[in-house]
Amino acid sequence: MLANPALSIQRLGRWSTDAARALADVPTWRPLVFAHMRRLGVDSVPIAIFIAVFTGIVLALLSSYIFTGAVPLYFVGALVGKTVMMELGPVLTGMALAGRVGANIAAELGTMRVTEQVDALETLAYDKYAYLVVPRVLAATVMFPVVTSFAMGVGVLSGWITSINLLELSTPEFLKGLRLFYQFKDIWFGLVKSASFGAAVALMGSLEGLRTSGGAQGVGRSTTRAVVLGCQAILVLDAFWALVLL
Amino acid sequence: MIRLGDVHKAFGEKVVLAGLSLDVPDGMNTVIIGGSGSGKSVTLKLVVGLLEPDAGRIEVDGLSVPDLDRDDLAELRAHIGYVFQFAALFDSMTVAENIRLGLAKRGLDEDTIRARIEHSLATVELSGQEDRYPAELSGGMRKRVGIARAVALKPRYILYDEPTTGLDPVTSAVIDRLMQRTRDLGVTGLIVTHDMRSAFTVGDRIGMLHDGVIRQVGTVAEIQATTDPVVRQFIEGRPDDVEPPVRRSAS
Repeated sequence: MLANPALSIQRLGRWSTDAARALADVPTWRPLVFAHMRRLGVDSVPIAIFIAVFTGIVLALLSSYIFTGAVPLYFVGALVGKTVMMELGPVLTGMALAGRVGANIAAELGTMRVTEQVDALETLAYDKYAYLVVPRVLAATVMFPVVTSFAMGVGVLSGWITSINLLELSTPEFLKGLRLFYQFKDIWFGLVKSASFGAAVALMGSLEGLRTSGGAQGVGRSTTRAVVLGCQAILVLDAFWALVLL
Repeated sequence: MIRLGDVHKAFGEKVVLAGLSLDVPDGMNTVIIGGSGSGKSVTLKLVVGLLEPDAGRIEVDGLSVPDLDRDDLAELRAHIGYVFQFAALFDSMTVAENIRLGLAKRGLDEDTIRARIEHSLATVELSGQEDRYPAELSGGMRKRVGIARAVALKPRYILYDEPTTGLDPVTSAVIDRLMQRTRDLGVTGLIVTHDMRSAFTVGDRIGMLHDGVIRQVGTVAEIQATTDPVVRQFIEGRPDDVEPPVRRSAS
């Protein structure tokens, strides 16, 4: 891609035009968004909660190990809260959903591509981006923060339960630490990040799916590539938001 | 009318079409025959704008397909039905939903959509199958649903990609009858196939695609009586290393 900048710019221009046209085709994508929100978002809550539970436990134990003898133990609450809300909640949830959602989208659209269903859609006068890509990207952009907010809550909750049961820390002490450095920005910073992760993961999955060729092997390749690119995009965006918003 | 003039198309190093020219007259079934990989399906995809030619003219109703913008192409596609080789039904939708999808895009009211679904399924003799999913249908039934999806749009043209490939003789005959029936309704058909029995049954004109160009085009009788050795070999289904049968004169 970088070898031919003119071609890359041309592709980018064409893609931007296609995306703008697809976004403007509201009657096509609007009826599909809610179904995708349920499928991509609601169905992902259990895996996000599972990850958050263990993240909270490990963070509480790890911070206790680091702080003991050096820093008052109620700082465990501060570290669990800050880390879960600002970093591990959004990023670990994003990574898990890159696997689940990104792979799901790439495999589905890839199969549609190799079985000519995408061509069939176009012959029925549908814009493939408006019908297939936009509703998935919008659904993921909206639902990733929702799933992440569950993960944040569960992560802090499991950190608190771990602290009062295994670290001889009381609830008031944990809450004191949690409130110590808390800012409302901690939450929206994490949610803004996760919205961008959702958009990136769904976009990578969709574009890789639509680029699929070569039958079942091709679908497998696209799915793998979508997950890898989704995870890479999450890490790059994570660094970007840290630079821009912190 | 569909007109293809000096169309070239290559995928990387592989040249598929090397100056294909063909007119598809209105109200007739024109069949393109040719070997596997000869570019028949590519030709159909060029006509409907799913692929862009490297060079040449592709016109439908006087409109140059490669030069149409997205909206005009969508408008043109509203008049063209496309029956895919493996039906290309949306597997997450029922039979009725598959047919409904194209109708809904045209902004038809619910009563009209329902009537069109019923009528198109009756045309392909699949009434009562509305709520079944493609995975629950046989190959022949899927193809008939594909035809119903195309017919329901009341198009001026229907493009058929290998409509009888892989079907048993009885189901093939049913599909042939459907193609003749749509032609009799005034729909122009462009059919690509290597099933010669089907080509001779449904075709009004037959063109042989070979080495990226139309080698010969003519009526069924003209093709059957051809002296062109390549066309002759193809319609007889004769391998390269088998000599043609000796033709004896009446005397």
